[in-house]
Amino acid sequence: MARMKFLCDAERCIECNACVTACKNEHEVQWGVNRRRVVTINDGQPGERSISVACMHCSEAPCMAVCPVDCFSQTAQGVVLHDKDLCIGCGYCFYACPFGAPQYPQRSNFGTRGKMDKCTFCAGGPKDEPQKVAYQKYGTNRLAEGKLPLCAEMCSTKALLAGDGDVVSDIYRKRVVGRGFGSGAWGWGKAYSGQAG
Amino acid sequence: MFQAIDLLMIASARCNSTVKNMRLLRSFGFARTAVLAGLVALLGVMLAPSSADAQSSVRPPSGASTPGEQQAPTNLPGGAGLGGAPQYDTEMWRKVREGASGNAQQIGPGAAVLVDSSGSNWQILREGDYTKYGAYGLGGILLLLALFFLLRGRIKVDAGMSGSTITRFTDVERAGHWLLAVSFIILAVSGLNIVYGKHVLMPVMGKELFASFSIGMKWAHNYVAFAFMVGLVLTFIMWVAQNIPNRYDAIWLLRGGGMIGGGHPPAKKFNAGQKILFWLVMLSGVSLSLSGIALLWPFEFPMFAKTFAFLNQFGLNLPTELSANQEQQYATLWHGGLAIFMTIVVFAHIYIGTIGMQGAFSAMGSGEVDVNWAKEHHNIWAKEVLEKEREEITGGRVQPAE
Repeated sequence: MARMKFLCDAERCIECNACVTACKNEHEVQWGVNRRRVVTINDGQPGERSISVACMHCSEAPCMAVCPVDCFSQTAQGVVLHDKDLCIGCGYCFYACPFGAPQYPQRSNFGTRGKMDKCTFCAGGPKDEPQKVAYQKYGTNRLAEGKLPLCAEMCSTKALLAGDGDVVSDIYRKRVVGRGFGSGAWGWGKAYSGQAG
Repeated sequence: MFQAIDLLMIASARCNSTVKNMRLLRSFGFARTAVLAGLVALLGVMLAPSSADAQSSVRPPSGASTPGEQQAPTNLPGGAGLGGAPQYDTEMWRKVREGASGNAQQIGPGAAVLVDSSGSNWQILREGDYTKYGAYGLGGILLLLALFFLLRGRIKVDAGMSGSTITRFTDVERAGHWLLAVSFIILAVSGLNIVYGKHVLMPVMGKELFASFSIGMKWAHNYVAFAFMVGLVLTFIMWVAQNIPNRYDAIWLLRGGGMIGGGHPPAKKFNAGQKILFWLVMLSGVSLSLSGIALLWPFEFPMFAKTFAFLNQFGLNLPTELSANQEQQYATLWHGGLAIFMTIVVFAHIYIGTIGMQGAFSAMGSGEVDVNWAKEHHNIWAKEVLEKEREEITGGRVQPAE
C-alpha cells in the first residue's frame, strides 16, 4: 500500500502561499489556525529558499508518543490523524513536533488552547462519522474521493508534491537528475528516519 | 495503599517498554544520572545537542546533495561540473536543521522555524526516565512509609492522653491549611493523570471515558491552581514568623526528631521537620505557581532563559538562548518534576499527621490537641500556651502558694 508523504522542492517553491490558502479554503480552517505555512530562509538575500511545511505524517510520530490521552492514530497509508473528541488541548504534541504542525484555536480556559487542529493529508477524520460532522472537525476527505491533498494538487510550480512516497521521490529524483542539483528531500530525514530507503 | 503501589509498578513497567522502543535513547544514557542528580540537573539534560538527522530516504542521484553530506565540503551540491547550486546551500540547510529561523507570513511561536529538534529530547525524557523515576519515587515513598509503620508502629503519646486539650490551630489557620491541602491533592491527582493516566487509567476506563475524565481533570487543574495560590499566601502570612529557624532546630535535627537517643527534643510551635516542610512547600509552591502560569498562558511568560542566566552566575552552564517552544518544554519538565517531588514529600506529611502519630490529626481536625501530646512534641510552645491560659484564668494575678 502507498505510504503517503509530502515533499517540497526548495528549488521550485516561490513562496506564493497558495498552498496555505487552498488548505484554509478547502477545509474551512478556523481563524488563527494554519495547517500549512511557508517559511523563507535568507529572505531577500542570495540563496533565498522557501519551503512549504505542514504535518509531515512522520513514522514513529512524536505527537503520538507524547499525547496524554492517546488521541492519535496512523492510517494504513501512514497518515497521522487525531481524534478531536479525545483531544484535551494540552499542547504537548506542539512541544514534541519538529515541524510545528499542531495548531490550537484559542477557546479554552483563560483564552488559551482549544482542541488541536492539524493537517490531515486531506484524509478527513480518524473515525467513521457522518460527513458533515467530520467536515466540521477535520475538513474534507479527498483521499476517499481518490484525490490527493489540495495544497500539492494546485501548487503552481509543482514544488509541493504529495502522494505515495515512492512515486513522489521518483519524481523528485528525476528532477534533480535533469537540472543537476537539489537540496534533498527536505524534512524526510527527520520525519521518516525510521524507514530504510 | 498496596493497590496504589501496584498501579505505579505497572506504570513504570509500561514506561520500560516504551523506553526500549525509543531508538534515540542510546544517546541519552547519561540522562539517567542527571535525573537522579536533581531537578536542576534534569533540566540541564536538555542542553544535549540533538542527534544528527538520518539520511533522507529518497535515493538521490550521485550528483545531488543530501542533508547528510555537509561533512565533505568538496562534495558540493550539484556535483562538480554541473553548475549546481552554490556552496552556501549546504551551510544553509545545516542551519535550518539546527532550528534556524526564516520568514513566514503565518504568525505564532516558532512559525518561521522549519525544524525544531528540541522536541525529541523532551519526548525522550518525558516518555522515558522522567516518568519512570517519578513512579519509582512515588512508589518508593509509599513502601518506605509502610516499612516505617511496620517497624516503628504508631508513635504514641508516652504519658497517655490526658483528656484535656489546648488550641493548636485556630479556625482561620485550619481553613488556610485545608484550602492549600485540598487544592494540592486535586492538583496532584489531576497532574499525575497527565503523566500516568494513559498507562494506568486508560486501559481500565477505555479511551473515550478516559478522555472525558482527563479534560475534566485539566479544567480542575487549571482552576484549582488559583485556590492553591491563595492557600499558599494565607499559610505563608500566618505561619512564617513561627517557621524562622532557631537554636532548637539544630538539636531537633541532630536527634533525628527524637528517633536518635530517645525522648522528645524541645520544640516551639513548629519543630525543625515542620519548618523544613513549610519552606519546601512555600518555595516549591511559588515555583510551581510560576511555571504553572507559564503553562496556562503558553508562550506568554518565558522565564527559564532568565533563570538560567541567573544560575550561570554560580558556575552553571545552562543555555540562555531558548526558543519559545523550549521555554514551554522546560516549564513542563520543571513543573511536573517539582510537583512529583512535592507529592512524595506530602505523602510523608500526610502519614505523620494521620496514622503515623497518635494525637496529631486533631491539630488540623478540631484544632485542639491533647495537653500531653503538646507537652511531648512541642514542649516550649505547650508551656507558653498553658501559662497564658493560667494568666487568663487568674487575670494575671499570681496566686501565692500557701
